[in-house]
Amino acid sequence: MERIPVLRMGSLLLITIQVDMHDKLALQLQDDVTERISEWGSTGVLIDISSLEIVDSFIGRMLANIAAMSRVLGADTVVVGMQPAVAITLVELGMSLPGVRTALSVEAGMELLFAALPGTQSGSGHERSEA
Amino acid sequence: MNELAEIISQNEGQIRAEWIRDMGSSVQRADLIGKDELEEQCRSLLSAIVTGIRTSGPGDLTAAGWSSTREFLQEISASRARQGFSPADVATFVLSLKRPIFSLIRREMASSQEKLFEAIWTVTELLDRLALITSEAFMAAREELISRQQEELLELSTPVVKLWDGILALPIIGTLDSARTQVVMENLLQTVVATNSKYAIIDITGVPTVDTLVAQHLLKTITAARLMGAECIISGVRPQIAQTIVHLGINLEDVITKAKLSDAFALALQRSGRKVVRESGAPVSPISGLFAKREE
Repeated sequence: MERIPVLRMGSLLLITIQVDMHDKLALQLQDDVTERISEWGSTGVLIDISSLEIVDSFIGRMLANIAAMSRVLGADTVVVGMQPAVAITLVELGMSLPGVRTALSVEAGMELLFAALPGTQSGSGHERSEA
Repeated sequence: MNELAEIISQNEGQIRAEWIRDMGSSVQRADLIGKDELEEQCRSLLSAIVTGIRTSGPGDLTAAGWSSTREFLQEISASRARQGFSPADVATFVLSLKRPIFSLIRREMASSQEKLFEAIWTVTELLDRLALITSEAFMAAREELISRQQEELLELSTPVVKLWDGILALPIIGTLDSARTQVVMENLLQTVVATNSKYAIIDITGVPTVDTLVAQHLLKTITAARLMGAECIISGVRPQIAQTIVHLGINLEDVITKAKLSDAFALALQRSGRKVVRESGAPVSPISGLFAKREE
């Protein structure tokens, strides 16, 4: 069965969505992410959606859900590379994804997650997420 | 009614001369349209009317025989709208054809009252309808002009400028409605992606009033930018607007707002870990020293 790969990078999980999301795939991803976080003890999840061009309310809710579930399991989620059209669609659908942190590029997202890692000096990214 | 067409086509030259004389100075407008051009338009219209009456009769202007007349009238009305004629001028152009044709009909059909009356009625109705066509075409041309200008205004008034590496500014001039918000939002988000900018300053100094709708549009734009990973700062909030926002109970608490664009820029610089400092050896002009003293 088709599934989205969840890659491990130290204490982070890296997910790049490069195919059109359909509902089954989204549910499978939720299962995989939660499983991997508890298996590997990850502290951060980075979801790259720069190739995602079509989004609906279900996918929007899935992103919010993954972030909420990761938070429960003790991991931060950053969504990176959202396309303008996708952002506009989500806003028009009334989904502002309040609990999800965002960044412009994978690089910026990584920085945000590393900054929140325990043991690093700067915790500014973490503070902002709670503000 | 072919008789009518014959009368017009036989006396075409005479009708045209009287017609142009009757139009008077308002329609001729030597500054806007040349005499030769006007004469040419009159000749074309007359021959088109004759063709129309011959092929489809004077009653139904939507018939195929009148299509060339309709197109011709629409064309000249549109061109006059662009040239700056008034709607009255354009309608008078057709309506002043009445007197020359009436007097001709009176001369030719003097024998029968019945026929005379019928012919005059037909011509009146025909010319009125033609005048209505010109008015409609005139309005359509004007409306097209207005909507094009609106579009241009839309494009002109929403520039996104790069202030610094990673910092954008979006000065909004004029009221934000749904259509403009869409353009502003798209422009901003595209530029955020293209320049990889983390901060965007939305300056509303040029927005005359902020009501709940405008605020909602602003919040939408800010949320969309946030979803992409950029942070928005609103600047240029005038004192009256700050009062209005509070009185209306608009919640801008999740948004950073500043009074001046410079304040917002300073904040963006600070957040991106930058600082503007005066070079210690920089020469200070004697004039600025004077001003500084007076301020103290």
